[in-house]
Amino acid sequence: MTKEKDPAFVKYRRIVKRFGNVIAVDDVDIDIPEGSLVSLLGPSGCGKTTLLRMLAGLETPTEGDIFINGKRINDVPIHKRNLGMIFQNYALFPHKTIFDNVAFGLKYRGVSKEEMQERVYKALELVRLPGVENRKPSQLSGGQQQRIALARAIVIEPDVLLMDEPLSALDENLREAMRRELNNLQQEIGVTTIFVTHDQREALSMSDKVIVLKDGIKQQEGTPAEVYNHSANHFVADFLGHPNFLPVIVGEEQDDHMVVQLENGKTFLATPSTQFKRGEKAEIVVRAQKLKMAPRAEFHEDEGMNYLFGKVKDRSYMGGEVSYYVELEDMSTLHIISFVRRIPLERNDEVFIKLNPADCRLIKV
Amino acid sequence: MKQKTLRPWLLLSPSLTAVLLILVVPVCFVVVYSFWLRSPIGQDIPAFQFGNYGKFFADFFYPSLLIRTIRVALETVLLCLVMGYIPAYFFYKTESRFKPILMILVMLPFWISFIIRTLSWINILGDSGLINHVLLSIGLIDSPLSMLYNEGAVLMGLLQYLLPFMILNIYVSLDGIDKSLIEAAKNLGCTEWQAFKEITLPLSLPGVSAGCLLVFVLTCGTYLPPMILGGPGNDMIANLVFKRIITTLDWPFGCAISTILLALVGLIVFTYNKYMGINQVFKSLGG
Ligand SMILES: Nc1ncnc2c1ncn2[C@@H]1O[C@H](COP(=O)(O)OP(=O)(O)O)[C@@H](O)[C@H]1O
Ligand SMILES: [Mg+2]
Repeated sequence: MTKEKDPAFVKYRRIVKRFGNVIAVDDVDIDIPEGSLVSLLGPSGCGKTTLLRMLAGLETPTEGDIFINGKRINDVPIHKRNLGMIFQNYALFPHKTIFDNVAFGLKYRGVSKEEMQERVYKALELVRLPGVENRKPSQLSGGQQQRIALARAIVIEPDVLLMDEPLSALDENLREAMRRELNNLQQEIGVTTIFVTHDQREALSMSDKVIVLKDGIKQQEGTPAEVYNHSANHFVADFLGHPNFLPVIVGEEQDDHMVVQLENGKTFLATPSTQFKRGEKAEIVVRAQKLKMAPRAEFHEDEGMNYLFGKVKDRSYMGGEVSYYVELEDMSTLHIISFVRRIPLERNDEVFIKLNPADCRLIKV
Repeated sequence: MKQKTLRPWLLLSPSLTAVLLILVVPVCFVVVYSFWLRSPIGQDIPAFQFGNYGKFFADFFYPSLLIRTIRVALETVLLCLVMGYIPAYFFYKTESRFKPILMILVMLPFWISFIIRTLSWINILGDSGLINHVLLSIGLIDSPLSMLYNEGAVLMGLLQYLLPFMILNIYVSLDGIDKSLIEAAKNLGCTEWQAFKEITLPLSLPGVSAGCLLVFVLTCGTYLPPMILGGPGNDMIANLVFKRIITTLDWPFGCAISTILLALVGLIVFTYNKYMGINQVFKSLGG
């Protein structure tokens, strides 16, 4: 799938961007392999757009260098960088026809009339919108405008495709379909792509690599599975969705497990890690989907498992799954997502919760 | 159904009444008056006859004033366009802290009486005005340059009256342009100048169009700059109306001239709107 050539086709090196006193991007390194789709993920204001705009040449880094294919591009003017950008609001030219919109980049690349026609029609077919070339952007729906923006960006065969929250303006159903379509298209044409989003589902489902940012600082980078299952810190674990955090004190390593102590004195087993010293404060992070829950009456202890007891406080259906909030004996709350049970659990039902130590990862506080 | 179509009209009725009373009714009076007869002893006699119109077209003198008015109006439009686009574009582009102050400076002339502003040109351009005074005192000239009482001075007066309208119209249009469009154009390979030609200029045309129309119409109806700054040969049609009504008290003829001006300007505005007017420009944006 992903071509393995130059390990880093796009490189950000020690990039800092300040706007007056605001540090939008703080000493960030990013490597983007050729042909891959990399997401920049983080909450609003974390510097994603700024990182993208610096690559496009729309902002100048305060410090650091950016390379494309080994060439430093800091001083290359915008119009000479061959990058396809999809703006958050699509930025289609309202006074030009769809054809002229898509052909715009080709016009400034001195492409002949015949070739231009051929490439524009091919791009429109690629985004599955043939036959709209004579319309104006305002005559298209939001989803269609998005495809035209995509066609306009890919028709120039850019070195890198840049997308700034391209799906955020679409409604939920369309977004899901468009997400898959973008993915297929990206793989079909094999263009190196940087995808900015604040939606962790989007980032996890689409990317070869996810880069999580907070306050302009890179928190973690890795495959979707890595950042989700092995979140580097509390922020990343929290941002990627449905975490439970249990504060603990680190004990000893014992038969492939780390023994830790919960605040209520209970002993728990967690996945081993060399990063922690005995007596250190840490947190167990475990995803809501990994917790198993059953009525208290059915409780039986399996060897080497962790258990907690509590009472169902709240319950909401999410289609095939149910989301429960369970109040533990120490009054803290756990979030559990499980498949719908044959006999549903009700509010105030006494339950026990089973945690597999393999799902209980330790992170720093 | 019927009620639905009536509702907007009901809501509009107060403003429609006002427009009717302060615009339509006086114009009707003017049109009606233009058919009246002026007796030799200076009485206005109700009648329906075309003598006043006949008099206007009897020789070339009156129509030539009309033609001059249109020509001066077009010259003013052109001057305002060139001199207005640049500051408007500057306001659009600048990120200076002083932008609000500069904008207020553009509107400042509106707070000063038009007559005073027009008269003040005498102090600048006159024989003993500022420019001549400076040039004389540094010895660049021996006798004062005569800069007043010609068409140039009239245009200057019109320009300083109408430029703010043009600037503001263009600025509003420019300010409505999404800056990401220009970024997109540059991203696709445009230089700054090419992006201006491709995006900014065409998208600012509604403002340009509205500004031109406004300046044209206002020039056609103005009489102060020619009266104060122009010479005998610089009168425009509104000066004629002024003289007929205020000086010779010939209301029927004055009203006939007004009606002719109204008809001509109306025709021009109508045609302009049809072919390159505001509606057309908005349509071309696909709005
Ligand atoms: N042109 C600018 N001037 C001043 N501050 C800016 C500018 N652009 C971005 N910022 C600031 O930089 C930070 C990062 O912004 P941005 O990159 O847009 O974040 P994101 O896209 O992740 O929401 C924010 O605090 C934002 O307010
Ligand atoms: Mg953003």
